[in-house]
Amino acid sequence: MQRYLTRRFILYFPTLVLASVIIFGLMRYLPGDIALIILSGGGGDESEAFTKEQLDNLREQLGLNDPLPIQYGKWAWSFVTWDFGGESLQTGEPIREIFARRIPVTLQLGIYTMIIAMIISLPLGVVAAIRQDTWIDYIIRSMTILGLAMPNFWVSLLVILGLVTFFSWVPPVIYENLWNAPGDHLTLVIFPALIIAWGYSSYVTRVTRSTMLEVLRQDYIRTARSKGLSERSVLWRHALGNTLIPVITVSGLYVEQVLAGSLIQENIWGIPGIGQGIVAAATTRDYPVIQSMTMLLVFMALSVNLIVDIIYAFVDPRISYD
Amino acid sequence: MAEVIQPSILMPPQKSWGAKVILFFRKKPLGAVGGLALLMVIFTAIFANQIAPFNPIQENYPVRLSPPTGDFLFGTDAYGRDMFSRVVHGARVSLYVGTFAVVIGTVFGVAIGIATAYFGGYLDLVFQRFMDALMGFPGLVLALALVVALGASLNNVVLAIAIGFIPRMGRLARATALQIKAEDYILAAHSVGLKPGRIMFLHVLPNSFAPILVLATGYLGAAIITEASLSFLGLGVPPPYPSWGRMLQFAAKRWLEAAPWLSIFPGLALTVTVFGFNLFGDALRDVLDPRLRGR
Repeated sequence: MQRYLTRRFILYFPTLVLASVIIFGLMRYLPGDIALIILSGGGGDESEAFTKEQLDNLREQLGLNDPLPIQYGKWAWSFVTWDFGGESLQTGEPIREIFARRIPVTLQLGIYTMIIAMIISLPLGVVAAIRQDTWIDYIIRSMTILGLAMPNFWVSLLVILGLVTFFSWVPPVIYENLWNAPGDHLTLVIFPALIIAWGYSSYVTRVTRSTMLEVLRQDYIRTARSKGLSERSVLWRHALGNTLIPVITVSGLYVEQVLAGSLIQENIWGIPGIGQGIVAAATTRDYPVIQSMTMLLVFMALSVNLIVDIIYAFVDPRISYD
Repeated sequence: MAEVIQPSILMPPQKSWGAKVILFFRKKPLGAVGGLALLMVIFTAIFANQIAPFNPIQENYPVRLSPPTGDFLFGTDAYGRDMFSRVVHGARVSLYVGTFAVVIGTVFGVAIGIATAYFGGYLDLVFQRFMDALMGFPGLVLALALVVALGASLNNVVLAIAIGFIPRMGRLARATALQIKAEDYILAAHSVGLKPGRIMFLHVLPNSFAPILVLATGYLGAAIITEASLSFLGLGVPPPYPSWGRMLQFAAKRWLEAAPWLSIFPGLALTVTVFGFNLFGDALRDVLDPRLRGR
C-alpha cells in the first residue's frame, strides 16, 4: 500500500503539469491568432473594424509576442504567485478576485449535493438490495433509470414549470450568501443541489444495490447467519463495510457530475459560481479567464480523484498499482 | 478406426436470427424496450424528411406560439416553426453527433490503447501520462474548452466530444490488450513470425471486441447529453441545425411559462433517446461481458 500511495502521489504532479500544457496549447494553437479573433468579434464573417495599432496593443497585452515556452512559463508561474493568469479581457477584473468570488459558491453547491446524495443513495441502494424484486426495489430502480436518462437541465425546466403552474411561486432569482440571508440562499440553491444529487445518486444507488446483492451471496455472510447472528448485525457489521468499496470508487464520478451540473445549473438558476463564470467567459471569448478557469476545474478534479484514491487504499488494503 | 466426432456435439446448434431476438426479449425485457426506443429514434432520424409535415427552419409568423393542435402536434415556437418537425429533425443532429463522436473516439482510443499495450516501454509511459491528463478534465469542461478553441460548428462539436472519449476508450483497450497479449495464441503468432501490426489487428483487436463495443454503446447516451448540454449553454451546434439542446435553451430564456410545449417536447425526445441507449447498453453489457454482470 505504501508503494501504491507513493506512486499515486508522484504521478499527480506530472499529470497536473501535462494538463496545463494541454489547456495552454488548446488556447494558443487551435484558433490561429487569438487577438485577431477577439477583435473581429469571434465569428469571422461579421468582423468589426479595427486598426493595426489595436491589434498590436492587444497582442502586447496578451503577451502573444513572447515565444511560446515563455508565454507558458509566465502563465504557469502566475498560478504559483496567485495571479492566475492576469485579468479578464472583458471587465479588467483580476482573475484572482473572480476566483475568490466564485469558488465558494460552487463549493457550497458541491457540498450540498454531496450531503443530499449520500442521504438518498446509500439507504435506497441497501433497501433495494435487501428487498430485491419487490415493489420497493422496482420503484427505486425506475427512479435511478430516470435519473440517468433525464438531462438535468430539462429536469430544472420542468421543476420551474411545476413550481409556477402548481404553486404560482418561483424561487428568488437573486443569489444571496449563506451568511447574509440563509433562508433566501437555501430556497434558491436547494433546487439545483437536489437536481444534481438525483443524477449522481442514481449511479451510487445502482452500484450500492448491485454490490450489496453480490456481498449478500458471499460465504462469509452465510457463515455469519449460520452463527446465529441477528439479520441486523449481519447487514451492519458484515455486509455494509464491504459494500462501501465500489461506492468509494464511483465517487470519482462525483466531481464530473458536480462540475457538469454547476456549468448548467448555475446558468439556469442564476448562481454566480465557477460554472456560470466559465460559460460567460466562453460566450464573450474572454480567453485568459477561460484558460485559468479550465485549469482550476482540472486541478479540482485531479485533486479530488487523488483524495479518493488515497481513501480507497485505506479502505481496501489489497489494492496495488497494476 | 477413429471415431468421427459430430460437430454438432461440440457446438450448440446455431439459432436463427429471429430466435435470437425473441430470446433477447425474454431474457432482457428492459434492454428490448431500450432497443425498440432506439429503433424508433433511428427510424425517425433517417426518414425525418418524410415524417416531418413542415420544414423545420421555415418561419411562419401568422401561427407563432400556437399550442399543440391537430395541425401542429407539438405546437409552434416564437417564429411559427412547427415543433413536431423540429423535434423530428433534432433526432438527426443528436444521432449524428453521438455516433460520429463515439466512432472517432473509439477508432483513436483503440488504436492508441492496443499499440501502447503491445509495444510497452517509453511509448506506453508517455501516452499513459497524456491519457491521465486528458482524463483529469471533467467531460463537459473539456468539450466546452475545445468548442471555444475550435469554434462552434457541427463537426467541431463532434470532435470536441470525441476527444474526451479517446482516453477512456484508450485505457480500456490497453487493459484488454495487455490481458490478451499474455495468451498463448499471441505467443504462437509471434513464434510463426507474424509482424506486430498483423498480430495487433488480426489477433488482439478481434478478441477485445466485446468490451470495446460495450463501452462505446454506453458512451453514446453520454455523448448525446453532452451535445445537448453544450447547445443548451449556447455553445454547441449552431443554427440552423435544429438541436434539442438549443430548442430548450430558446424555450428556457423567455417562453417557459407562456409556452410550456416548447420545453416539454424536445426534452422528452432527448430523454427517450438517452433512456434507449442506456437500457440497450446495459443489456448488451450483460450479454457480451459477463464479468461486469449486474454492475
